[in-house]
Amino acid sequence: MNAIIVSTLLGVIMMFVSWGTNNTKLQRNIGLLGMLVLIFANIAQMNGWLSVNFDTKGMLAFNAIGLYVNTILFVITFIYLWINGEEIDKIGSHTADYYAIFFFILCGVSILTSFDNLLMLFIGIEILSIPLYILTGADKKNLFSNEASLKYFLMGSFSTGILLLGIAFIYGATGSFHLNMPILNPATNMPTEHFLLSAGLLLLFVSMNFKVSAAPFHFWTPDVYDGAPTVFTPFMATVVKAAGFVAFIKVFEIQRIALGQNTWTIILPFVILSTLLVGNITAVFQRSVKRMLAYSSIAQAGFMLFALYGNSTFNNEALILYIVAYSLATIGVFAVLIKMKDYSIESFNGLAKQYPALAFLTTLFLFSLAGIPLTAGFFAKYYMLNAIFTAGAGIWLLVLAILFAAVSVYYYFKVVQAMYFVEGTPAIQPIEKSYERKLWVIAIILLVLGVFPSLMFNYLYF
Amino acid sequence: MPIQYYIFFCLTLFSIGVIGVLTRRNAIIVFMCIELMLNAVNLLLVAFSKMYNGAALQITPGSTAGIDAQIFVFFIMVVAAAEVSVGLAIIVMMFRNTHSVDINFLNRLKN
Repeated sequence: MNAIIVSTLLGVIMMFVSWGTNNTKLQRNIGLLGMLVLIFANIAQMNGWLSVNFDTKGMLAFNAIGLYVNTILFVITFIYLWINGEEIDKIGSHTADYYAIFFFILCGVSILTSFDNLLMLFIGIEILSIPLYILTGADKKNLFSNEASLKYFLMGSFSTGILLLGIAFIYGATGSFHLNMPILNPATNMPTEHFLLSAGLLLLFVSMNFKVSAAPFHFWTPDVYDGAPTVFTPFMATVVKAAGFVAFIKVFEIQRIALGQNTWTIILPFVILSTLLVGNITAVFQRSVKRMLAYSSIAQAGFMLFALYGNSTFNNEALILYIVAYSLATIGVFAVLIKMKDYSIESFNGLAKQYPALAFLTTLFLFSLAGIPLTAGFFAKYYMLNAIFTAGAGIWLLVLAILFAAVSVYYYFKVVQAMYFVEGTPAIQPIEKSYERKLWVIAIILLVLGVFPSLMFNYLYF
Repeated sequence: MPIQYYIFFCLTLFSIGVIGVLTRRNAIIVFMCIELMLNAVNLLLVAFSKMYNGAALQITPGSTAGIDAQIFVFFIMVVAAAEVSVGLAIIVMMFRNTHSVDINFLNRLKN
């Protein structure tokens, strides 16, 4: 409850800050300070020091994993804002308002990690997406930004409509919006009103796939990620997508029984494999690094979908590690990309000669995305595959997943190859030492987690 | 009236909305079709609410069962209003730059 209240208040405060001062540096620092307050408020609830609680009538339920994911996503947002703060200033003239929007999105995130009722799921998703439409269109004079924002808006509202129809069907079948709705009829031990409930859950499944950009419903993702201002793309691809996955798992943790375990183990691998196929194969043919990363984020979503396959603690562990590894590496790569003058692979040519440290950092982030050992990405993929293996997935699914991971190495290494083995002058803006130091922080976290991945889960058990 | 009629009616409205979104080229009309989808869901929720309420009233007089769906409808209305304000702002922004609200405009990013 702390996180929801504090993030909303901070959002309102940031709106007033833009009215009080025009100094963007001050606005930025107030935003960062607000993030620290938010992280502290959430940790206070996690450890039981201080928490605001009132009876939510079964709308929200706070558990250790939800609060922990909150903390992780807040810290990732903090790192993102800390690195990209100066770039955010350059978009338009409403710096403080962007921070207000970030806080409202984080309010949606904290609802999505703790909802216990389909009404809160709907509200959480909307609080998360409506500010994102604004953020996508933040660059008002840029036609690409306009197009991306309109496309995102239309697709997002369309999938919201599908989500609502699904919820209405579920309500019609069970008479309840609660997450643990009566899925089994006590008399017959069969799911109640089976057809309506299954139809509702399938619609919910489709709409959640829209939100996390899984394959048959991914078509908006590359255009939106490509068209949005580059500084906002990593935020959309990491924090927002991670919150979507947490909500996805929360909804289908129990409700998969109503779909039937057999149906579940058919439709989910279909979605996962098509996501991996579309994401990885299309990414190979991209000439723009930004678009390549957009497709690679679809491919990574395919890997994160594995967390839905089983139903054990392994899945949560794997998802948490994957969120951290993927988000930090993506933010790092985008932090380098944003300094490029254009986003083609050729602009990376010869980067290693001019900026050896920066080239090394980029390589490390790409290694982590590809899942090379000694980086967090390796253990993220390892834990994910371990989780589905424990859940009893067929060995063919694991083999295909590893094959697609191997494909992803190819397109990530195209960038590495351009940096190290191609002569040329990189089309890059001058990089300050302090900017590089910020990237080192991400790199060190990725390396530490690549050696001691269990550091991420200790909190959950002690 | 049996609940089936309401379900068919709402699904018809919803389908009109979906078909409109998929076929129309004017951003405002696409937007109206999305609103139609949301309102079809509203109607369906109210119908289900009445159904559960009617069933519960026969057992316990004065029952409030099914009231939560009507509350849900209010939330959908509020969120739809918020969505309209953002959506129209985006469409106006696009109109200022291109002087048209045609969806065919949305193909620059493809290449």
